[in-house]
Amino acid sequence: MSAFLGYLLNGLAVGCAIALIASGLVAVHRVTGVVNFAQGTFAVVAGLCVSSLLGLGLPHGLSEVAAVLVAALAGLLTGLAAIGRPGTTPLSSLIVTLGVGVLAYAVEIVLWGDQPRSAPGLAGSVTVAGARIQTQHLLVIAVTAVTFVLLALFFGRTYLGKALTACASNPYAARVVGLDVRRLGLLAFALGGLLGGIAGVLVTPLRPISFDTDVTLIVNGFAAAVFGGLTRPVVALAGALLLGVAETMAAGYGYGAHQLEVALGLMLVVMIVRAGRRSTIHQEAV
Amino acid sequence: MIDVTGLVVSYGSATALDHVTLSIRPGEMVALLGPNGAGKSTLANTLAGLLTPASGTVTVHGRLALIPEGRQLFPDLSVADNLALGGWRSGQRDPAPVYTLLPRLAELAPRRAGVLSGGEQQMVAFGRALMSHPDVLVVDELSLGLAPNVTSGLARHLVELNRERGLTVLLIEQNARLAFELCERAYVLESGRLVAEGDCADLAGDPRVAGAYLGGAIT
Repeated sequence: MSAFLGYLLNGLAVGCAIALIASGLVAVHRVTGVVNFAQGTFAVVAGLCVSSLLGLGLPHGLSEVAAVLVAALAGLLTGLAAIGRPGTTPLSSLIVTLGVGVLAYAVEIVLWGDQPRSAPGLAGSVTVAGARIQTQHLLVIAVTAVTFVLLALFFGRTYLGKALTACASNPYAARVVGLDVRRLGLLAFALGGLLGGIAGVLVTPLRPISFDTDVTLIVNGFAAAVFGGLTRPVVALAGALLLGVAETMAAGYGYGAHQLEVALGLMLVVMIVRAGRRSTIHQEAV
Repeated sequence: MIDVTGLVVSYGSATALDHVTLSIRPGEMVALLGPNGAGKSTLANTLAGLLTPASGTVTVHGRLALIPEGRQLFPDLSVADNLALGGWRSGQRDPAPVYTLLPRLAELAPRRAGVLSGGEQQMVAFGRALMSHPDVLVVDELSLGLAPNVTSGLARHLVELNRERGLTVLLIEQNARLAFELCERAYVLESGRLVAEGDCADLAGDPRVAGAYLGGAIT
């Protein structure tokens, strides 16, 4: 029982990190209609940055904040490449984000090499109902909870957040009232970078990060984001938690080599179910 | 207030507006008539700066607000948020002045715009345009899909703004009777070209215009 509880809590922490990646994907897609396949890259950039900054002797806190800001800048630059040119279609932008991800490999290998890097996080562990959970896992859960609350407040209560929602809701109407949809799209990309960066600095102490870790991160994040139709962050959070727990359970009960397959399988099932539903609705409408 | 000279707007190889020239003086209320696909909405979007002309010039003196065809609200946001975003250009986020003019909007304020009736949505679109403190209001299809009593209520507000506050109005309509009732002058656009213009009374008496837009009845 305590093993099950342990897997569950650790799974929730893994799910929270996935949720941060997914929320970045959702933020960008809601506002711009673009699926940003460079989202995992932001986490990698932040993870590698934080390992270097801590290695240089900078204190905790400052290193993590700086790494997250670098990831936000990477998000902004990706946005400039993807939607900077007026008239770029979301599909073309998607291809550009794939290209940015590949380009990032080269930059990361030049700057940090191709070996995995780690960073120290919160040491120690606590025991919850007989199950041991690392303190860093609790930190991941806490930071994710705070981040989602802040995101909800930003989108639900602030004028800028509502302007971003308006761009997602009706881009034509957004232009009619004078919103600069492209500039707000760039802001969404920067926000995506920020969220990916937070995931990166939280995950790096738990598992070493290398230039190609973005593949695992984006597959998991995309699976969770698809759960919420790429538009609903709270449903994406639920999907991410489900995915995290399923993967950790699979690993815990002896199928550790198949974690990625769990994510891919889940994503496939959700996409098939959603596609089936959509065609049903379409047929009804017709 | 609005000067358009030799305006050409194209979508790829298709020409939507072909050398359109028109002029609207401050405080005027002018109608633009035409069938579907004539280029009326293209002209509205070009005046609002949402489309770039292939050639010609568009000059708008003062701030222009557009009530687009089909209302085009933000369906997921509340009425109050829709209005507040209408003030993005002017910096005015408080919808109180609009509530004074359209008190019904104050009652609808917390409701999601997407669940409102067509008439209520048109009123929100109207209020949202007013939030930008426009000098010129372009209304694309005020009456489309609305019951006559709803249309006349909105038209009354439009006339009041025009006569009492000097708001310049370009009313784009398929309902020629309504347009002739409200406006002093009108332009007729067909297949991207202006085919007639003049005082509404004269146009209503023109057999071609009456035949095409007033069901043959010359009023």
